Amino acid sequence: MSHIQVVEGSEAVALAVKACRPQVISAYPISPQTHIVEWIAKMIADGELDTEYVRVESEFSAASVISGASATASRSYTASSSQGLLLMTEVLYASAGLRLPFVITGVNRAISAPISIQVDHQDTISLRDSGVIQFYVESSQEVYDTHIAAFKVAEDPKILLPVMVCMDGWILTHSYERVSFMEQEEVGSFLPPFQPVNFLDVNDPKTWGSYAEDDVLMEFKYAIHEAMQYAKGRIKEIFSELAMITGRDHGGLIEAYRTEGAEVILMAMGSMAGTVKEAVDELRSQGKKVGLVKIRCYRPFPFEDIWDVIKDTKIVGVMDANFSMGSEGAVATDLKAKLCGRPDAPLVLDFITGLGGREVNKGTIREIVQKAEEVLNSGLPLHEPHWVDLNPAILP
Amino acid sequence: MSLQQIARKEALFFSGHRACHGCGMALAVRHILKATGKNVIVVTPTGCLETFASPYGYSPWQVPWIHHLFENAPSIASGVAAALKAQGRDSVRVLVIAGDGSTFDIGFGALSGMLERGDDVLYICTDNGAYMNTGGQRSGASPTYSSTTTDPAGKESLGKTQMMKDLPAIVAAHSAPYVATASVAFLKDLQKKVKKAMLYHGPRYIQIDTPCPSGWGFPPERTLEIGRTGIDCGLVPIFEMENGKITSTHKIKKKIPVTDYLKAQTRFGHLFSDNRGQAELDEIQAMADRNIERYALLRESGNK
Repeated sequence: MSHIQVVEGSEAVALAVKACRPQVISAYPISPQTHIVEWIAKMIADGELDTEYVRVESEFSAASVISGASATASRSYTASSSQGLLLMTEVLYASAGLRLPFVITGVNRAISAPISIQVDHQDTISLRDSGVIQFYVESSQEVYDTHIAAFKVAEDPKILLPVMVCMDGWILTHSYERVSFMEQEEVGSFLPPFQPVNFLDVNDPKTWGSYAEDDVLMEFKYAIHEAMQYAKGRIKEIFSELAMITGRDHGGLIEAYRTEGAEVILMAMGSMAGTVKEAVDELRSQGKKVGLVKIRCYRPFPFEDIWDVIKDTKIVGVMDANFSMGSEGAVATDLKAKLCGRPDAPLVLDFITGLGGREVNKGTIREIVQKAEEVLNSGLPLHEPHWVDLNPAILP
Repeated sequence: MSLQQIARKEALFFSGHRACHGCGMALAVRHILKATGKNVIVVTPTGCLETFASPYGYSPWQVPWIHHLFENAPSIASGVAAALKAQGRDSVRVLVIAGDGSTFDIGFGALSGMLERGDDVLYICTDNGAYMNTGGQRSGASPTYSSTTTDPAGKESLGKTQMMKDLPAIVAAHSAPYVATASVAFLKDLQKKVKKAMLYHGPRYIQIDTPCPSGWGFPPERTLEIGRTGIDCGLVPIFEMENGKITSTHKIKKKIPVTDYLKAQTRFGHLFSDNRGQAELDEIQAMADRNIERYALLRESGNK
């Protein structure tokens, strides 16, 4: 039996974390992550959550504390955002390399300069090569469910990698939505205690974090890639198992929305997907063959699942809320790379959208679809990324 | 039993490392672990120790040991301590064995955080006065007027012009209950201090002078002698601070001039090559004299 409540997105995260019973939590505050760590602090202060909460002097230390705790066989958690996630970068690479399975909430926010507290995906996308598994979520309900699944994914003995649940700052962290919560016993049976085979144990001393050279380093890295490849199947199983308990199915690695017979498929991650769904419904009612692929798991990159959905479409419009300076959006690059060499591949257009919280509404999405149709009708492919709603009047 | 026999018996830091001949740090680590016993988890940041004591496939460590990054050993140790507390594994203690680069410089912020939180970690800095693992670059612990590869002596330079960071005092200012300095030249004293530190809870700090033959420029068989002369001239004060007060100092038996210590090391060779270095030698002597006064290092001075 579950119960339903209207809660702030940040509280949904805190309640999911609480239900997973981590033994160590460490955090450093940064907007818009703050409410999450404040909700958790309040739960501890009120005696509702029994955990070691280490209040550190930087995000670098927050990620380090949970790394040390994870190596000592404790389920561990932190949350951060933007500059804080960048400061954690070095730690996350090393912890993925040491196969430490903790969970991080990555609250999406733009990167300086200019400094801004508004949302985009530049922060978490910058961590895509670190060996951290990344989920992107659309709603507070998906936030809650994905955090509970995240610990199980991370701690799978054949995965053992950090998992980051990426949620849009403000839009998800600070808005109130209806969320259905699991009972503690349900979470307990879904997620058994963390009992790793290897940990820092005085009765069985092992050496962690050795110095490696050319004879073994490649194999260490390949082993992470193999774990990521294995995770693709395992993540789908874990989400199915959770859906059996909750009755809620958010999809596996991706969610395909009204993609049947679509000529134009948009691709998006995070809360933006909700707006796209509404726009798709309207466009479908006008007879336009438009659909959405929402990427739920960005690393490992779920190309096989995406291909199954887009292989018969004519054009894919990727909505990238990030940009690789001097190149294009990261998701478009991923997709194009995987499609390269397939003669039957659809065209891919890259739309740079919503940087620094620039509004993406249904009108924006209609414009994107229109642009895609123009390219389709003209037969002239668009190789360069299209910056949506760019204001040339204020460019230097 | 001789010290050597004690060290060999049930050693927790064993063969399998590849430290340089005469390495003060390797010696220190072996005796640190003799004093702690096997119920410890050791965290070591990047540096000499990590490099020579963890070649993949070999391990000298007979205790659980983790290396993560250069600047986060205090935070990793805090996480280990938090996990042990959460699990009720109270009999297991947490130890950091770091070098001066990570302690004085790149990991200083994390160390301050660990101290301020009062985490139950014994932090040991093995100080060889530079980034020796990468060829002897200048650190915040490099002695004044030493020549390092990033602040070398030359026609227009006599090496590092700044003072060494006074880390024991900085740690003590965080209200750490136990702060001490030690030297590989006095291994029984070193072991005694580690054992004493283990009796305390909360953040504790021991800074060990570990002479480095390859970095300081002296023959490998002279490590202990160099360590002793550093102490006897007053440049390396050996003391204990408990709850903010100095409770013991290692007395100098016969005070020697700093030049006896400096001359024996090539990192100070430029101070003796011509007359240029005289003012600097006087300055270093004054530093030693200030230490002697501050810590009451002479036999006849008041402290016990």
